[in-house]
Order: sequence, then C-alpha cells, then structure tokens
Amino acid sequence: MLKEGQIRIPSGCAIAGVFSRSGQAMTGEDIIRSIEVMHDRSNGLGGGFAGYGIYPEFSDYYAFHLFYDDPQCQKKCENYLERRFSIVSFGEIPTQKVPSIKDEPLIYRYFLLPLPDRLKASQLSEAEYVSHCALRINEKIAGAYVFSSGKNMGIFKANGFPEDVGRFYQLQNYAGYCWTAHGRYPTNTPGWWGGAHPFGLLDYSVVHNGEISSYDANRRFLEMFGYKHSLQTDTEAITYIVDYLHRKLGMTLTETANVMAAPFWSTIQEMPDAQRAYFTFLRKRFPALLVTGPFSIILGYTGGMMVLGDRLKLRSMVCGDHGDRFYAASEEAAIRAVCPNIQRIWSPMSGEPVIVERDQ
Amino acid sequence: MDLYVHPEFEIVRSEKKCIACRVCERQCANCAHGYDEKSGEMESYDEKCVNCHRCVTLCPTKALKIVQTAHTFRPNGNWGGETIRELYLQANTGGVLLSSMGNPRPLPGYFDRILLNASQVTNPSIDPLREPMETRTFLGKKNQPIARDANGNLVDNLTPQIELRMPLMFSAMSFGSISYNAHKSLALAAAELGTCYNSGEGGLHKDFYEYGPNTIVQVASGRFGVHHRYLMAGAAVEIKMGQGAKPGIGGHLPGTKNFGQVAQTRMTPEYSDAISPAPHHDIYSIEDLRQLVYSLKEATNNEKPIIVKIAAVHNVAAIASGVARSGADIIAIDGYRGGTGAAPTRIRDNVGIPVELALASVDQRLREEGIRDDVSLVVGGSIRSSTDWIKAIALGADACYIATGALMALGCHLCRSCHTNLCNWGIATQRPELVKRLNPEIGSRHLVNLVHAWMHELKEVMGGMGINSIESLRGNRLMLRGVGMTQEELDILGIRHAGN
Repeated sequence: MLKEGQIRIPSGCAIAGVFSRSGQAMTGEDIIRSIEVMHDRSNGLGGGFAGYGIYPEFSDYYAFHLFYDDPQCQKKCENYLERRFSIVSFGEIPTQKVPSIKDEPLIYRYFLLPLPDRLKASQLSEAEYVSHCALRINEKIAGAYVFSSGKNMGIFKANGFPEDVGRFYQLQNYAGYCWTAHGRYPTNTPGWWGGAHPFGLLDYSVVHNGEISSYDANRRFLEMFGYKHSLQTDTEAITYIVDYLHRKLGMTLTETANVMAAPFWSTIQEMPDAQRAYFTFLRKRFPALLVTGPFSIILGYTGGMMVLGDRLKLRSMVCGDHGDRFYAASEEAAIRAVCPNIQRIWSPMSGEPVIVERDQ
Repeated sequence: MDLYVHPEFEIVRSEKKCIACRVCERQCANCAHGYDEKSGEMESYDEKCVNCHRCVTLCPTKALKIVQTAHTFRPNGNWGGETIRELYLQANTGGVLLSSMGNPRPLPGYFDRILLNASQVTNPSIDPLREPMETRTFLGKKNQPIARDANGNLVDNLTPQIELRMPLMFSAMSFGSISYNAHKSLALAAAELGTCYNSGEGGLHKDFYEYGPNTIVQVASGRFGVHHRYLMAGAAVEIKMGQGAKPGIGGHLPGTKNFGQVAQTRMTPEYSDAISPAPHHDIYSIEDLRQLVYSLKEATNNEKPIIVKIAAVHNVAAIASGVARSGADIIAIDGYRGGTGAAPTRIRDNVGIPVELALASVDQRLREEGIRDDVSLVVGGSIRSSTDWIKAIALGADACYIATGALMALGCHLCRSCHTNLCNWGIATQRPELVKRLNPEIGSRHLVNLVHAWMHELKEVMGGMGINSIESLRGNRLMLRGVGMTQEELDILGIRHAGN
C-alpha cells in the first residue's frame, strides 16, 4: 500500500486552537480536552498538535522534530544536519506508552543554528536556508522526515486519535501561549506518522479540515518556486501558499487570506473603488493560489494565529473570545468543553480571516 | 486526355418530391444543379457538388440528399481511393493540392481519451444553479514584483491584460478568407459575450473599429492592413508566427477573393494573390522576434498585450520557452487540426502535432523553468466542444481559441472548399450575392448561443468537480485521467491512467 507522498489521500477532520493574547503559558491539557470532544470527527488514523512558546530556553534555535524509520537513516540525516548546522542540543522526544498508539518510529528533536559559513555560501536568507534543508531531508533521505522546523514552537503528531497522541507526547509537560490540534479522518491510509497533521514549515503550522478541489492547480504553481509536495496533502499546499505569500513575498496575512479565499466577482463588483481595485488586483495577480472546495484552517505562527474558512463556507468553524483567550474549533462543543461560560462565540463569514496576535 | 476523376458525391433527388422549383439551382454557386427546359425536370452535375448541404437545407420539399459515391477503385489497403484521386489530379494539373479547414485524417485524438473527475462524499459538488460559478479570466503577465504605495497599500503594477468574461475567444480568420458578414457576426458576438474575436491577417475593415475592445488585431508576415491606427484599435496585438493548419508557410488568399473592400483593407492590388511570406522577413531568429514584440509595444504606448501565435511543431516547448523570454505577454499555440481558408493539402495533413500534447509539454516546460507566470497560454486547433475546452484548461491553458466551431455556428457544413470563393453559406466567399445570405444579427445570435451552451456545460462540470472558479481548474491535471494510452502519452500529458 502506498503512503502519503506516493498517493494523494483525501480526508475529513476536526481542528481546534487556543491562544493567549497576553502570552500566558498554557499547558497542553486544555487543547487535548478540546479536541477530544470531537472524537467522532477522527477515525484514529492521525492526530497532532502544535504549541508555540514551548521552548523558551532555546527560543533562538530552530527546533527540528524528526521521525526516523531506523538508526541507519538517523545516522545519515544527522550527518546531513551536522554539515549545515551547529547542533546545540538534541535528544529523543519524551513519550509515554499509550495502548492505542503502536509502531512508533524513532522520534528525535534537535535545536539548531545554521553554520555561518555555510549560510553565507548558500546566498540564502536564514529562513530560506533552514526551510531548504528541511524540505531537502524530506525529499532525499528515505526514512527520515522533518515534521517541525520552527523556532520556539513544536509539532507533535502520530498515528492515533488526537487525545491519545497528546498523552503519548505528554503535552501536559509543555506550556505555551498558543496551541492548535488536529484529528484526522482519512478515507484511505496505511497510517503513516508523517502523514498526520499539523503540517509545519519553519514556524508556520497548519491544521486543516477539508478537501480542496484546487489542489493540483495550487501545487503545480508552487512547484515553480521550489515547493516539492512530499506528502501530496492539501495542508501541505496551504502551508506553502502561506510561506510563499507571507514570508517570501512579504504580503500581510490578511492579503494572503484574501488571495486564498477571494470574494466572488459579484461581491467585488459591489465594493467601493479602493477595495474593488485591491481585490481585483489580488485575483489578477495570483489566480493560481485561489483555493476552492471545502476548507477550514487554523494557521499558527510566531506571535499569532489565523482562522480561515473557504469562500462558500463548506466547512464549519467556530470562534470564541473570553478575556485574554481566543478559541477556534470545528464545533462549538470543543470550545465549551474548556471554556463553558465563554463570553462571545461566533462563526466567521466565508473567506473572512480572523487574526489574533500577542499584545505588544 | 485528362485522367478521369469520378465525383466523390452523388446528388440524389426524389422525383416524387421534387417540384422543379429551381431553388437548388439558384442556391448552388458551384452550379451542381440545372434545369432542362424541355422536360421541365431538374438535372444534377455530381462532379460540381462539394457536399455543402445548401440545396438540401433549402429544398422546400426535402427532395434532396447527398451521398458518398459507391463507385470505387479496386480495393487496396495501401492505395486508398482518396490517394489515387489526388494523384490523378496532380498528374492532370502539375499543381500543389489545395484544401481548406482542418486536417480531416483519422489520426488519434487525445481529448477523446481523457476523462474528467467529479466529487463524491469527501468533497461536495457545487450546484451552478444555486451558487456563483466564476469564469472571468485575465490574460497577460502575472510576474510583477509586489509593490506598495506610501501608505503601504498594494499597487496594481501588472502590465496590460485582456479581460475576458469566459476563457474562450474566436481565433484569427481574415477579412478576405471570410466575408464581411462573417466578420461582423464574430465582432457582434464577441462584444455581447465579453470576449474577443481576431482580425486575422487581412487588416480590419473600417466599419469594425468600433468593436476594438473586443478585437485582437493580427500582424502576420505579409503585414497586410497593418498601420498605426490598426495596432491601436484592438484589445491586443497578435504576431502570427505560424498556423496549425500550415506550419512553416504563410497565409494564402487566392486572388479571386481579393478585391473591393478586401483588397482595400489589406492595402493590396485587387485580384492579386495575397500570399504571405513563409517567415517574417524581419524575424530570422528569436532575438529578432524580441525586437518586433518590443517595437509593437512601443508603437502601442505599452498599452496592448502582445500575443505570439505559433504552430504546434515538434519542439514547441523549447520554442515557447524562447518566446516567453522574448517579451510576449501571451503565447497562442495552434494544433495540427486547426482550420484554414486555404492550405496545401499535404502540409495541412502532415505537418505539426496535436494541440493536447503541445499544450501539455509547453505548460510543463514553462513551469519547470519557473516562467509560466511570464505568459498566458491560449490554445486552439480543434476545440470541438465544451469538454475539449475544459480538458485544455485543466491541462494548463489560460484560454482557448475556436474558429472552425464558430464558423459551423454560422452555418458552415465543413465542405472544405473555402479556397474556391464559392461558399454557399456566405461565410468564406466575397461574392456579394453569396455574402448577403449570412445575416450578421442571426449569425451572432448563433455564436452567442453556442458559447452560452458551452458555458452552461463548463459550469456543470466545474461544479461537479467542486470547483467554483476557473482559476482552480487551470492546470489542475489531477482532474484528468487517460484511457487507452501508453505510459509515454500519459507522461507527456502529465496525467494518470484511469483507475490509478
């Protein structure tokens, strides 16, 4: 049976996120409880989490999380890393046995800084250099898979129900200002750990519910800019769109969202001049990055979180505000499970990005 | 004595039904019908019939039909009847065989072996009757760097674009190859549809300047009818480097069609054969093309996108890559099935490659080189139906050109005799008594109907795929599967086999 990357596998899902505007450290317990409520939206073939602000003692270093099939590919990959980075610290990511989670690969974590000489010789920006190395490992070193590569953030994922995955990684022992979670319902998968979500590149992480019909149009455009789709998943394509527009081209997140979930022409026609010109330009300039079909995503990034749904609102997405806290989830119940008396709860409009950021 | 060539078609007249009203006789410019005053009966001259169905259509008692002759040469697997007939014609005349319209040979087509996808369960299909289904398309470069004004707002710095309500245009057919009324039908329809028609290489009749925003003006190797006002008249300027029906040679307008306003518009002497040179004599290589592209940009104050039209030939991907790097805003690729008003038969039937393969390899090549955004791709050369159009978009075309299909909407019956100036339907003729048979209002209505019908079908198919905007169909090859193809064919098309 083929695994992700060799074949494209559609899936339904549950997603959830929690964010502290003041930057309070929250352990992973709440996000596990939140996603657990939506158990039936997953089928045990993939779950995962992303936490931000979880490595304060290593906040200046890129935290690479890796799966290895065996010690040989680990050796190969570590050789690759050593030639390009100074490895400040590394070790196995602590886990605890959970009956439902089996067949775990070797799971390692590295805190890295690019070697200054190599970085200079590459003529790339630091971020570009790091993302290039991460994509390269996934493409070229069989059996090794980088599933998290940002600073002061980490992705944890496995083959199983998300609440079990959270306990497997002992997320109660991590604390951060932002968490996102994903429970997966693939239609057909051998259950490869790398195929679980969130998907990450540098400090971007994406959890996504849906199946985008524009996938191959998006993918083929992105490949022009070196984004090799090693997993063939929608989430990967969406992450690369964000990376391309937001990081590489320096567009704002709102602009990025407006490219992906552009308003209909009929809506644009009704807008005041300046707004009409803005949306018309985005649609003219980036037609290949329009995303169609159902999706709802939570994007995590350093200092913020963005919630976005597709232009027809074909997937549910609920947001909640409670003082310092912001919540988002596929279902309201997932928010109420951790904040029963929430002050404000609403469903964002189709294509409307909801962006929350840390207080300055 | 000439070698005898038996007529291809026979006119079958039901004596029972025929009332000898002589409509057929009056309608047939080929003079295939006659009337015998003595007997009061109609006569048929099969050797003159081109099977255009004008008489069949207008016969008030439906007494006529045209059948292929049963007369045959001794069957021969190698020497087919058509081959023998053509050989005799050449032995009689010493001439190059001339034909019109697209390559009719039964070579394998690819569109018919590509199947489309639809959503089931994991992804909802979208109902075009209830939800917006968008087809608006902009053609032109999309490669400008992001720029902002002093307030940090994005600046629309894109070079000129063609805006189309749907990614379908009428491709180049010159005034001369087709009639004033045919051109007017196309212009009216393009304006109503919010798309463009294309002047072809014969200049633009003075009456049609008012349709400029819906016109693409062509500059071909003969430079017929090209002047500054002409260049400024259109929505874009197309440099015709090649044509799918006759790659490697220039346009042909027989002198019989080149008179009156046609000759005036072309700025040529009346009744002279208007034969464009095979190459542009100022373009012997790619760097020369670049000069013409930028000359035309300068001449049009950088207000018009420049299209470079090339025929689909063997190394079309490399050629397109060169063109994309030469300032062109749009590349038009014309496949070997593309039509023509006149072409040497051997060239029409044997030179060039299928547009499906050309498109797939050009689109992929431009992506591999990271320059796909430097140009838009428009393809033509036998887009016969909405699904050919949809498949072309999914293979990577930004828009399609149709011409043969458009002429059929005007009444063309594909008799492939455009070069004779005897088109009974008033399309490919300049004889005033024939031209007036085509009413531009009715012609444009049929064109609009055709495109509307295709639009409905496009939207149904897109909706079925869960796609509600044409951008997301473009280049979306996962929506395609091949049947009955070799791995090499699939690889060139960049699609998988059905079931995989």
